[in-house]
Amino acid sequence: MLRAESVSFGYDGGFTLSDASVDIAAGSLTGLLGPNGCGKTTLLKLLSGVLRPRSGRVMLGDRVLSSMTRRELARHVASVPQETHPAFDYTVMEMVLMGRHPHLSAFQLEGPADFEIARQALDATGTRHLADRNYMTLSGGEKQRVVIASALAQSTEVLLLDEPTASLDLGYQLDVASLLARLNRERNVTMVLATHDLNLVASLCERLVVMRDGRILAAGPTGDVLTGETVLQLYDVDADVQFHQRAGHLTVIPVRRMS
Amino acid sequence: MSVPPGSLSGERGIGGRLASVLIGYGALALAACLLAPLAGSTHISLARAFDRSIPFPDNVDAQILFVARMPRVLTGAIVGSTLAAAGVVMQALLGNPLATPFTLGVSTGAALGAVLAITFGTSFPIGTLASVPLASLAGAVVASAIVYVLATRPGRPISTMVLLLAGVTLNAFFSALILFVQYAADFTQAYRTIRWLMGDLDVGSFAPIVASLPLVLVSLGIFAFLPRSLNLLSVGADSAATRGVDVGLTQRLAFFSASLATAAAVSLAGPIGFVGIVVPHLVRLMVGVDHRIVLPASALFGAAFLIGCDLIARTVLAPVEVPVGVVTAMLGGPFFLWLLVRRS
Repeated sequence: MLRAESVSFGYDGGFTLSDASVDIAAGSLTGLLGPNGCGKTTLLKLLSGVLRPRSGRVMLGDRVLSSMTRRELARHVASVPQETHPAFDYTVMEMVLMGRHPHLSAFQLEGPADFEIARQALDATGTRHLADRNYMTLSGGEKQRVVIASALAQSTEVLLLDEPTASLDLGYQLDVASLLARLNRERNVTMVLATHDLNLVASLCERLVVMRDGRILAAGPTGDVLTGETVLQLYDVDADVQFHQRAGHLTVIPVRRMS
Repeated sequence: MSVPPGSLSGERGIGGRLASVLIGYGALALAACLLAPLAGSTHISLARAFDRSIPFPDNVDAQILFVARMPRVLTGAIVGSTLAAAGVVMQALLGNPLATPFTLGVSTGAALGAVLAITFGTSFPIGTLASVPLASLAGAVVASAIVYVLATRPGRPISTMVLLLAGVTLNAFFSALILFVQYAADFTQAYRTIRWLMGDLDVGSFAPIVASLPLVLVSLGIFAFLPRSLNLLSVGADSAATRGVDVGLTQRLAFFSASLATAAAVSLAGPIGFVGIVVPHLVRLMVGVDHRIVLPASALFGAAFLIGCDLIARTVLAPVEVPVGVVTAMLGGPFFLWLLVRRS
């Protein structure tokens, strides 16, 4: 459904991403792993069309991303950044309704149908009761759920998330994880999730793409890719990767830094 | 769960709120425009002013009303609404609620132009236009062009950080040039410069107002397309892009229209401070932060606000007039500080 074909990108000479190819299947939940500065965020921005590749191309179905307008693209692909800090204190409902932007013409105001979609997005993220609150008064976990609701209100097939749990405490991390799993299952939203949280991807993602130094090292089913060797390669960390009976998925226990 | 009537998330939503804001603030602005000309240091009789049997040259009441007060009130309306609206746009563009229409150096550029014209230019009229407004307009255009060239690179979104730094630096640099020119000026020129820098709505006739209208209308016309994009832009440039906003285009339109509006206002009445920040903040306290409501509400409230400030300026120490820029600063300065304290 969403495919990067040997894309390269870099600012001013250097490359932050070179010759990367990934194929995101419709309805899949893919994890994107790699150390800081490996190009995860760049790849996500290329997939969302915020950045245009210097070479190669990104395809959405049979269309090239660079041939689509921002508006058109935003009706198919939504993104959730790591953190969202609005300059003004919008209400939660206003934040979520902003997701309707690509579906409205220049002077059109949101109608009953848009409000209904926004309310469904609030329901799906368990934030309906916050609708009239101001965004800045929310906790970190509530904020992230509201931003996800705003992305859901965009009614897209694809959702790209950049470290959505990075600033959340353990409880909220699990909340967001189960929310994503449910949205993927019930709404059939195709998701790509960039994160440093190995246990999160182990519990959530059926496929993994691992990156280092702007290149893709491996891609495949989580069980094949998430190994002690991969963790060592990515982070220079010796780790035990084992199936956890009670959790029901692979778990990664870091043991020591190698270098 | 039912939504309580009148709540922000209700169906009445933006359309109904927009309508009531336009009616309410529109009535306020209209009332200010109609009532302010009647008040002043000299009492005038409306009956006499509109009495056609008295020839105009002999009708002092009519002269005060139509020549002295009406152009002045109209100037207040235009300058107040453009500065307030430009402030809203600038704050959204820079993602900073404390930005003003003057943050990016437009007004200092205009001031430099005006000071140069006052000091070195002979007072030559070009058609109905005088040299000082034209020079200040040119100064504003030059300042915006410099900031724009510094902060933009083809095909990329504008860096608001570079934009801010360029604006602040240019403000400081042009202020230094103004001081230097002032140093070279004689006492009369220096006094005229100071009076110009304080801002003055007393433009003397309708001609300067008419001359500024095309610029004002073009910028207000562009403003009309911006509000929803400004909402998204003020949440974050990348996030706006993924929601379907053409960020580069929106930023350029916002920068261009806000600079043009500011240039028009400043060349008409001098750099009247604080309108562009006090009004948007007051309006946000009353109607929320959605730019589709804040922008028109600020334009209307800005008109009423500046007309009101000018009324104070005209009457508080009558028969002596206080410069209107001093009144807005005396009201706006403490308000600005209060905002800062309240935010932290």
